[in-house]
Amino acid sequence: MAERVLLRHLDVPDIHKLDVYLAHGGYAAARKALTTLTPEQVTEQVKASNLRGRGGAGFVAGMKWGFLPKDSPKPVYLCCNADESEPGTFKDRAIIEWNTHILLEGILITAYAIKCHTAYIYIRGEFAFGARRLHEAIAEAYKAGFLGKNIFGTGFDLDVYVHRGAGAYICGEETGLIESLEGKRAYPRIKPPFPATYGLFGCPTIVNNVETLACVPSIIANGPEWFKSIGPEGSPGPKIYCVSGHVEKPGLYELPMGMPLRTVIYDYAGGIRGGKKLKAVMPGGSSFPVLTPDEIDVHMDFDSMRKINAFLGTAGIIVMDEDTCMVRALEIIDRFYHHESCGQCSPCREGTGWLHKLLLRLEEGNGRPEDIDLMDRIAGNMMGNTVCVLADAAAMPTQSFLSKFRDEFVAHVTLGRCPLKKNGTGHRQAA
Amino acid sequence: MAVQFSQETYRQFEEVLTHYPTKRAALLPTFWLAQEEFGYLSPEVMEYIAQLLDLSPAYVAAVASFYTMFDKEPKGKFHLQVCTNLSCTLVGAQQIVECLEQKLGIKLGETTPDGKFSLSEVECLGSCGTAPVLQLNTGDYYENLTPERVTQLVEELAKQA
Ligand SMILES: Cc1cc2nc3c(=O)[nH]c(=O)nc-3n(C[C@H](O)[C@H](O)[C@H](O)COP(=O)(O)O)c2cc1C
Ligand code: SF4
Ligand code: FES
Repeated sequence: MAERVLLRHLDVPDIHKLDVYLAHGGYAAARKALTTLTPEQVTEQVKASNLRGRGGAGFVAGMKWGFLPKDSPKPVYLCCNADESEPGTFKDRAIIEWNTHILLEGILITAYAIKCHTAYIYIRGEFAFGARRLHEAIAEAYKAGFLGKNIFGTGFDLDVYVHRGAGAYICGEETGLIESLEGKRAYPRIKPPFPATYGLFGCPTIVNNVETLACVPSIIANGPEWFKSIGPEGSPGPKIYCVSGHVEKPGLYELPMGMPLRTVIYDYAGGIRGGKKLKAVMPGGSSFPVLTPDEIDVHMDFDSMRKINAFLGTAGIIVMDEDTCMVRALEIIDRFYHHESCGQCSPCREGTGWLHKLLLRLEEGNGRPEDIDLMDRIAGNMMGNTVCVLADAAAMPTQSFLSKFRDEFVAHVTLGRCPLKKNGTGHRQAA
Repeated sequence: MAVQFSQETYRQFEEVLTHYPTKRAALLPTFWLAQEEFGYLSPEVMEYIAQLLDLSPAYVAAVASFYTMFDKEPKGKFHLQVCTNLSCTLVGAQQIVECLEQKLGIKLGETTPDGKFSLSEVECLGSCGTAPVLQLNTGDYYENLTPERVTQLVEELAKQA
């Protein structure tokens, strides 16, 4: 790709400021959409582009918008999901802080397409700087007439509000987000009904991720065919890969969708730190199965990942070298899900708690031989039995760690300590 | 009632109410305003918020308890929150925690006797590419931490206190 789209601030400094954004073609796509296309045509173009949700699930954005009831008497809401809390993921934060207006332009075009006049940006509470950046950009956009009443003289009105969360991963789940926005505990809702028919304040609602919405202006500006030509046709577009852990150059890389995982790790992120050997990779945040070194030739797009029983997720690539203790790594992961379980469903609340407890025991050298199969069974019982998929998000990595690194779990039991460390256990030590 | 928003905060509160079709939806933004103004959400503050939004104090307390960033008791002037999720731990978050515990003479979850520093561990802060990371209060991130950097940070903050 010539110029970056989502991380354009790396090519155009200060693009978070309205005058710079405008000097580089900003809001031209929104103007084109609002003044020359009908809402239905905008939706058609986004559907034709095959833009798939970047929040983790990869649902076709244009198709989701198409689920809204036609001519609903109730208002339609748009929620921008800026809760970004998936471990290993830090892409939305970059867009929010440094390419702020592309997000607002994406929200404007999307709101027009779905006939919505009030949009909320639900941003995680920790992103105080991002919230400030959004407030500044929104104020600029109102002043310039890109938000508010009668935008571009078309009679279309849109208000955008920033709503800050306060430290709960489950607010990223779209119905948890809606509950939280309504001023409640973020208990995910039973689906159906889906938000498109019964969402925020009981009204038709679309929830889209920051990166998804930030892709929309480029589709309108360059056409769906352009978008589809970037990466694989079934899962195309520019994509931000987040690389962290044991690599030489951790950070964000905007590349076409569908890059081989090996290329991202070795050619862009500089390979494994200190010339060490690769041991394991979580390719899409911590909520999905772990991959071993012989699996990293997979292409990073929604469909290719599914073929090897993996998931693209958020493309939060967590890299672990040969010295990493897999028991300790899984203990951190399951601690997270236990801490973040909202507690509504017993398989999730109890299951994540048991898993974490058994892993701590294993790390402390007190694991029993039967614990490994017990954890696998607990994880198996958590899947597909709960209100939301957080339980699955804990179960999938657990089962994959247990099967792909079984010897290491067994060694912890038989040795009564971590085999990678000369003395003592892995608990409270680096992973 | 003893607690009350200042005029400026009350104005912001009224503005927030216009963002939503229901009063209840203004609850989280009101918590933020209150935490900013009063430092933490004491029972009296929650009662005040309940009145402002026509909610029961029990409801307000139940919602506040769900969200970890709302403090239900006073925290140190400088609340250091170290991420100990996976990407940060892979590159040394544990050494950062140990260094801070030693420097401050407290354990995770504690506050120094002079009320200046609190130390906590938190989950992924969305900054894994610049790990290890900590957040100071509800504001700035300190990234690419080393034991030397956090030692220096603590010394600088101690001077400000
Ligand atoms: C436990 C859990 C946490 C989630 N966290 C986030 C998040 O932080 N950000 C996000 O965009 N989507 C998150 N999602 C996915 C959302 O539910 C939803 O699918 C997404 O926001 C839809 O946007 P998209 O179609 O543009 O991807 C989460 C899902 C689950 C189950
Ligand atoms: S699966 Fe877990 S997080 Fe999701 S609703 Fe049930 S208890 Fe809550
Ligand atoms: S794991 Fe520490 S910021 Fe993400």
